[in-house]
Amino acid sequence: MRRALDRPLPRGKTEVGLSAFAFLFSEFIQYSQTRVNTADELQHKLEEAGVGIGRRVLELACLRDKSSRRETRILGILQFIQSTVWKMLFGTTADSLEKAVDQDDEFMIVEKSPLVNAFISSAPCNCAAFTAGIVRGVLEGAQFPAQVSAREYADTRTVILIKFAPEVVEREKRIS
Amino acid sequence: MAHLRKTGDAVFSKVEKVNSELFSLTYGAIVTQLLKDYEEVDATNEQLEKMGYNIGIRLVDEFLAKAQISSCQNFSETAEVIAKVGFKMFLGVTAEVTNSNASEFSLQLTDNPLAEFVELPEQYSQLSYSNMLCGVLRGALEMVQMRVECTLTKDALWGDDVTELRVVLKELMDEEYKDDDE
Repeated sequence: MRRALDRPLPRGKTEVGLSAFAFLFSEFIQYSQTRVNTADELQHKLEEAGVGIGRRVLELACLRDKSSRRETRILGILQFIQSTVWKMLFGTTADSLEKAVDQDDEFMIVEKSPLVNAFISSAPCNCAAFTAGIVRGVLEGAQFPAQVSAREYADTRTVILIKFAPEVVEREKRIS
Repeated sequence: MAHLRKTGDAVFSKVEKVNSELFSLTYGAIVTQLLKDYEEVDATNEQLEKMGYNIGIRLVDEFLAKAQISSCQNFSETAEVIAKVGFKMFLGVTAEVTNSNASEFSLQLTDNPLAEFVELPEQYSQLSYSNMLCGVLRGALEMVQMRVECTLTKDALWGDDVTELRVVLKELMDEEYKDDDE
């Protein structure tokens, strides 16, 4: 029997055609649509799929990153997501990381033209919910529980809004 | 068939690409979701095939447009084109054609980007994890007038050395011409 853990860790440099991913993702959305009644439910499904991926990506990224350092600060984990995770999954870092002006616990990852939305012209919900799910999966796995949502703007910009749970903000205050 | 390998490499170098891990993990998330929804292996296998079929009937257009393949003379040539150009263009890997004759062939994959990081738990040991590939082949070939049956006959996840798809030609469909005037 093949044991995934006995095999050497792949280096993560192999690629597949972008359209293979686009076909797969669009088929997933179409399938999910047949299993839900509302756009909210669909969004939730995409998010859940993303969360599972996020958890796995966190583990994979930590195994590859030999520094064996654990992110304990909010800014640290956000930068890890913006750079390491994004590079791993989407090939480049996310366009920007911003802090909400009036809220201490809210942050935003801004993407000018996210890959998952590249070929989607009309969907009943925001498909970047999938990406939001990935971000939530990573954050939860790293013990930074947060609410993560995605917002789309007319100029193809997508903003992933992260609102950390109160205990995370408290912990941050304690260690700073 | 060396020229087909070259064509495959050339096409793959031109298309936009994405990290294969995003693809593997997304595929895994889909399979997991299907298992949750259908709660059993056979229905999941069937649904994976169906989703593949939906992809196949759309994917063939892009394949024909980008790969610029002239029409195949026989079924064995079709097999080679799929193995060396089709698989390469979309999945970045090539397959080996074995047991090929005028009406059937097998495709063997050593590297399967769908199943990276995957291990089948005991209760799902009968899962045809990569069954979507079967559907893709069935859908794509149907669009070029070949009705085939495709099954996953070997899988590295089942302990085999390779992942193998068996394709059997059932019928060459006649192209229907419709006169606009009628």
